[in-house]
Amino acid sequence: MALTGLQIYKLLPQTNCKECGFPTCLAFAMKLAAKQVSLDLCPDASDEAKAALGAASVPPIKKVSIGSGNHRVELGEEVVLFRHDKTFYNETALALGVADDLPDEEFQRTVKTINDANFERAGENIAVSMVALIDKSGDAAAFAARAKTVKDTSPLPIALVTEDPSRAAAAVEVTGEAGGVLCGATAETAADFAEIAASNKWAMVIKSNSLEELGELAEKTTAAGVKDLLIDPGFKTQADILHNQTQIRRIALDRKEKGYGYPSALSIQEGIDPYQAALLVSLGVTKYAGLVILPEWHNWQFLPLLTLRQNIYTDPQKPLQVDGGIYSVGEPNENSPVYISTNFSLTYFMLSSEIDGSGEAAHIVIIDAEGMSVLTAWSAGKFGGEQVGKAVLASGIADKIKHRHVIIPGYVAVIKGEMEDAMKGWDIMVGPQEASDIPAYVKDVWLPLK
Amino acid sequence: MSINLPKKTWPGSIAEVTLGKTKENGGSRGSEIVVGGQNALPLHLFEGFIPHRPVIAFEIPDVEPPENDWTPIVREVYKDMLNDPVAWSKLVVEKYGAKLICLHFIGANPDRLDRPIAECVGLLKEIVAAVDVPIIVQGYGTGDKNSEMLAKCAEECRGEGITLASAVDEHYKTLAAAAIAYDCNLVAETPIDVNLAKQLNILLTDMNVPKDRILIDPLTGGLGYGYEYTYSVMERIRLQALGGDVMMCMPFINFVGQETWKVKEVKMTAAEEPSWGSEKERGILWEATTAYALLQAGSDILVMRHPEAIAQVEKSIDEFMSK
Ligand code: B12
Ligand code: SF4
Repeated sequence: MALTGLQIYKLLPQTNCKECGFPTCLAFAMKLAAKQVSLDLCPDASDEAKAALGAASVPPIKKVSIGSGNHRVELGEEVVLFRHDKTFYNETALALGVADDLPDEEFQRTVKTINDANFERAGENIAVSMVALIDKSGDAAAFAARAKTVKDTSPLPIALVTEDPSRAAAAVEVTGEAGGVLCGATAETAADFAEIAASNKWAMVIKSNSLEELGELAEKTTAAGVKDLLIDPGFKTQADILHNQTQIRRIALDRKEKGYGYPSALSIQEGIDPYQAALLVSLGVTKYAGLVILPEWHNWQFLPLLTLRQNIYTDPQKPLQVDGGIYSVGEPNENSPVYISTNFSLTYFMLSSEIDGSGEAAHIVIIDAEGMSVLTAWSAGKFGGEQVGKAVLASGIADKIKHRHVIIPGYVAVIKGEMEDAMKGWDIMVGPQEASDIPAYVKDVWLPLK
Repeated sequence: MSINLPKKTWPGSIAEVTLGKTKENGGSRGSEIVVGGQNALPLHLFEGFIPHRPVIAFEIPDVEPPENDWTPIVREVYKDMLNDPVAWSKLVVEKYGAKLICLHFIGANPDRLDRPIAECVGLLKEIVAAVDVPIIVQGYGTGDKNSEMLAKCAEECRGEGITLASAVDEHYKTLAAAAIAYDCNLVAETPIDVNLAKQLNILLTDMNVPKDRILIDPLTGGLGYGYEYTYSVMERIRLQALGGDVMMCMPFINFVGQETWKVKEVKMTAAEEPSWGSEKERGILWEATTAYALLQAGSDILVMRHPEAIAQVEKSIDEFMSK
């Protein structure tokens, strides 16, 4: 649990010597409580203070970073078992496999598909996180050569999937520092892998089918200098995944046992039915896995899995929203249509992409409805006819257009009357219910009107 | 080193609800399905008692369903019987091994075909005669006709243990009375809200609907379309129930298919969006993923459409329950 300023103050020397750069120990304690400074600044802090603060300030699950640059993946730092208790912070990283023994061209095409698995959804980018290079050749030189190709052709971090430390070392050597994560260490090979990871700043996964042994191995591995560690409890059935991932999260949050405060990994085996494999990934997403490796995959799996991840890792305290105001799709002019909607991100982005698809540039007047969807906003009293009418007039849209038509969402056809009262002289047109019908609406209703 | 694996136990448990009635119990169903009864978090067999597996119902519309909501991928499977719910029911039971079906009366909607209540009830009776699995009857929405129609279904099929969907906050009295009089189960639907769910359960139990005849429909936001709200509301309701709140202890039902097959990510073809991959598998996975992740949040009954999606989720349930 986090300590309060006063609790921290009691642990400080209370001499107000100002060495830390703050006028009093209390002022410093407040900053410490807010996690804005580190205790190192006080030269006289006791070991007791260090231990207490250290334990309280370290997140229960260590932050782990994989790779470097823009596509670096950060995991861990989770603080809850249920997303409604706060939020899940660092979304499950999805690593897609490519076998090192594929023919050149197929290899490159596969890596490219992974790179391109990147979609725009509700104003966010949802993407596959890593390329998992699978050791099939059993040959260090071949594995390393493929690792080099991945490094040269993909911006994503690499997960090196091999149980052989010498092959991992060969691949690390050609890909350089902080290139990704080593996946394949077990109790027998832990020390060798740890050395490679530590000296090359790679992250690594340590695997054991025994939860007990896993904690011990994790402690040894960090003691050997590995900074970014993930733990993989293995599994045989879906029930094992649920059990292992849940227990690891619980033990970590509980802080009583050492060796479990690391993000976890879930490595899916080859040769299983692609639907079942995808469901295993979704179990990893809902149930706490930090990294999921999917060795075999199909592009039809991408959207459902990435959308699930986006949903589960959305902050429940604040719906994604856009600001109220006038937006443009394309380059609208004084004759362009005007659509009215709410400021829920999902609503706005679905609407704008369909308007874009209609080929007719437009203005969108977004009403601030506290980030609620059209019907939710309407039933919560944030999207009534009078309110919307007044907000449209206040938006200044009248100055941007010559006509006096506005289109409202079909789901709130009932607000038409009140809007007409609030906006005398305007024509309130009821659009389709689903945004996907807007292109047809433009063709059948809007264009003939002009 | 040995670690202490936390085993979480709970004071509360979920009510057991029985769907369908066999001959011994005064009906004509070939089997009865029991859901609920667990005293643990969803599928946490490692620390609690989970006596019954979650079940999947096949959704069957009473009239040919609209294309914008039943896309070509699902239509293809049922193409010879889109207009024949009796044949459709037989197909899912005989070919796909359906253990439960959900007859969805979309044609009764005054804004659609406005089919008379007598026709709807007649159809239900035909289906009761044609297949012997337990049946859920779902109305087209809310309103007086909807309630009357469901009440009439309950009356005419009394003794079969059918399940009526759904009671909502303004329209629950007729349905509650019917559920009591004709010994039916009742789905209590509220819009993704913990307090509203509890309030409706209180209203229903105040009217003497037994707790073990109520199913909670927390309302399913489709994957990508409000899903996260449903997921968390279910977790919260379930935690309260296990914590001992008996007004929250009813099993969950989720109408998954209805939220799946209308969304853009399912409708777009691979020709239109090549990077999205084959629309067939994508659609099936959209439905299966939605259902599967809802199982993790506590779902007890999933109402679905595509037999492949259903088979995949069944397979996973088997794997969980075989422990
Ligand atoms: C998720 C959700 C919530 C979330 C909020 C999500 C959010 N940020 O808005 C939560 C759980 C908080 C919520 C709360 C409530 N909700 Co709610 N909720 C939903 C749910 C499941 C999905 C809504 C959604 O995200 N849709 C997706 C977005 C993109 O849809 P959309 O905004 O309508 O946009 C589409 C179209 O309208 C169109 N479009 C948008 N803009 C425009 C503009 C033009 C010009 C055109 C032509 C088209 C167009 O394009 C989009 C894509 O097609 C729906 C039911 C459902 N399955 O749809 C119920 C639903 C909207 N909620 C409902 C209700 C009643 C409520 C509450 C009032 C319940 C309560 N009493 O507490 C509260 C109100 C909030 C409050 N008091 O704070 C009802 C509304 C009933 C009605 N018909 O009026 C619904 C329909 C559920 C139901 N069947 O009962 N809700
Ligand atoms: S350096 Fe330490 S003792 Fe000195 S004022 Fe700061 S906190 Fe207090």
